[in-house]
Amino acid sequence: MKWTTPSKLRRQGILGMNSRNVDFIGRSNDRHLYPLVDNKLKTKKAALQLGMSVPSLIGVIETQHDVKLLKQRLGDVKQFVIKPAQGSGGKGILVITDRQGDHYIKTSSAKLNFRGIERHTSNILSGLYSLGGRTDVAMIEALISFDPALSKYTYEGVPDIRVIIYHGYPVMAMMRCSTHASDGKANLHQGAVGVGIDIAYGHSLYAVQNDRIIEKHPDTDCHFHDIKLANWDKVLQLASSCYEMTKLGYFGADIVLDKKKGPVILELNARPGLAIQMANQTGLKKRLKAIDNLCQQNLSVDKRIQLAQHLFSN
Amino acid sequence: MKISPRLQISLVTGILITFGLALTLYKNIELGFPLSPGQQQTVWKVESKISFEPIDGPVNISMALPQAQAGWQLFNEHFASSGFSFIVQDKQGVRQAEWARRSLNQKTTLHYKFEIYQSNTIDLENIPAPNIITPELTPDRLTAMKSVVSSLKQHSNSPVSFTQNLLEKLLLDDIGQNASFLLANKENSKLSVIMDILAFANVPHHTVKGIFLEDGRRRQTIDTLIEIHDGKHWHIFNPSSGEKGLPENFFIWQRGAGSILNVMGGKDSRLEFALVKNTLPLKTILFLEQHVQEQLLLDFSIYSLPVEQQGVFKGLLLIPVGALVVVLLRVLVGIRTAGTFMPILIALAFVQTTLLTGLFIFLLVVGIGLWIRYYLSYLNLLLVARITAVVIVVILLMATLSIVSYKLDLDQLLTVTFLPIIILAWTIERMSILWEEEGGHEVLIQGSGSLFAATLSYLLMSAELVKHLTFNFPELMISLLGFVLLLGRYTGYRLVELHRFRYLGRPDE
Repeated sequence: MKWTTPSKLRRQGILGMNSRNVDFIGRSNDRHLYPLVDNKLKTKKAALQLGMSVPSLIGVIETQHDVKLLKQRLGDVKQFVIKPAQGSGGKGILVITDRQGDHYIKTSSAKLNFRGIERHTSNILSGLYSLGGRTDVAMIEALISFDPALSKYTYEGVPDIRVIIYHGYPVMAMMRCSTHASDGKANLHQGAVGVGIDIAYGHSLYAVQNDRIIEKHPDTDCHFHDIKLANWDKVLQLASSCYEMTKLGYFGADIVLDKKKGPVILELNARPGLAIQMANQTGLKKRLKAIDNLCQQNLSVDKRIQLAQHLFSN
Repeated sequence: MKISPRLQISLVTGILITFGLALTLYKNIELGFPLSPGQQQTVWKVESKISFEPIDGPVNISMALPQAQAGWQLFNEHFASSGFSFIVQDKQGVRQAEWARRSLNQKTTLHYKFEIYQSNTIDLENIPAPNIITPELTPDRLTAMKSVVSSLKQHSNSPVSFTQNLLEKLLLDDIGQNASFLLANKENSKLSVIMDILAFANVPHHTVKGIFLEDGRRRQTIDTLIEIHDGKHWHIFNPSSGEKGLPENFFIWQRGAGSILNVMGGKDSRLEFALVKNTLPLKTILFLEQHVQEQLLLDFSIYSLPVEQQGVFKGLLLIPVGALVVVLLRVLVGIRTAGTFMPILIALAFVQTTLLTGLFIFLLVVGIGLWIRYYLSYLNLLLVARITAVVIVVILLMATLSIVSYKLDLDQLLTVTFLPIIILAWTIERMSILWEEEGGHEVLIQGSGSLFAATLSYLLMSAELVKHLTFNFPELMISLLGFVLLLGRYTGYRLVELHRFRYLGRPDE
């Protein structure tokens, strides 16, 4: 078993869990701001008000009684996603990519009948997938048709881009690609691949799976080293403007590149994980400190992005 | 002026830690309270209840108080006597408590509490033999007495063997014509017949009154032993078993003639005892003996509570220690546990079940529970109904386990009842969701993390020193509070992060 030392980590400016919780989340995030990000429905409504792009909402199921209305709400839609408004860690997200008669096809090409969808919705409402088991509401969203340029870097799931925003400045970013091991989910601790993205130019830096550097996707065998994300400035703009919406000092914005709409906000996370440091092979803390040391305040989104790109270019 | 949180934390934790430690040191240095547990000593808490029904006129109750004998030490006496005038006075070397009241119109109970422990076993003092008062008997009883005594004397050569023979004979079913004639008279109890026979045979003797100490007894009464003098030494006998020698668990209240309780102006008086056994460090007892009445600080300590509440606090005061272990493991080491304080509750259950049995039962119940919960998830139930179903299943499991283990004589497994049902049910629910969502790997990590934390907490909580310190120095909890607040501001790396980030760092660096 290999270990590193605290002094090495400190030298590289690595952010640890305790420091994240006390120095950044605890200091910059007011608790009363959490509900907006913890509830995806609220996030979506707030984003729409500010004219930001989000996946379109097909319907909301709020009570067990309403589960009967599911068929009517779905109508003829063939591709959709059902998810809990307050789910965490990608739990309880059901993705339907096609419909064949009475059967619904999941991403994994497994078939599901309508009873199955009803049951899943009912589980969401009873709080099975939600923080603390609280009763929840189920959101039905249109399926995102993600940029086909990225499809070779993912297995059975939508690749999303996580950008860490500190006081409105984009400080670090990575793309999260699902794998067979992560069961189509984009969570790194479940085995998804994290690809560090350069803040200045939007190209890939390093790829890691289970904390180790890898060269290519374990399922699709595609090399990660020459990815260049399209619309990178738009991604940063969308992510950074969430600061004005949420007022949170430290959060992660999850963004997906839609074929037609361009970058859309999937969800926000007030407690983003630390694995992003591995995908970038650099420490978050030194970047956060750099932002703390800036004297300029109340800059526009564009100015902030410019500054960040200048500071954090690899 | 606004004080920054950082400074506030330093100030508050500094004050808390210093205050707790200072109080502890004060108790240790100034009051002589021992820091280490040292030798343990069994202490009996005796609560005497004198109950009686008053008749017209003034009421006067006097009770001979026990004297410390045969190595027993008596301390921490309390009298409860509301509405009575009360004094303790010396009467011919015996302390006597006296309660008096002009009039009384209802059944009343007076209380006298004290604590005793046997510091060493020494023989009773060799007091001079009393004069023998030959009983006056009717002619027919005299004849029977003479023949009983002469037949006993044929088989014995000393006062000791005489007494032994006498007691053994009276224990038999067939005690002979003459002896049964002596016992037949209802006015004479067996004890007074024995005394008469001893007097007639010219054996100096007296009674020894006291209590047989049995833990948890609520209505124990005074028992009487007989002591005879063989010309040189005293020998004690238990008339109800015929055995020679002072029984180990017998606390002598009064040695020699005289009554313990005298009630004037009352009827149906009873003297009963409630007994509780307790194990305390010897140093603590010695200390309490000397100081319990003197110190204000002690008067407000846990020792001033009734015995049962003291027992509850003994357990409660250990919880912060367990919590500290969980905080340390989570903040400094980074071990993941299922729920923050579940490990403490499991550790508390382990205190009752012992570690290995507890671990075994826990794994068994949670394992079977998970299996059943797996089936329940097929049935597609609402959350509340499902958790309730798991609770019921867990109770059934525990009942089955208890019955089976009882039938198989595996008494240890009976302690399953100490595991908190809600915690078990909740663990099963959490673990099964974790299993579905994150896979068996995560269940293993969090499950073993919780059990590891629980085991560590248990080991710490069951250490004699920890028990002693938490119970005798509850103010250490204030220091603990300060330390935990300090831990709450710890922003350094966790131990697991040193492993997690091991590959970090650019190859060229």
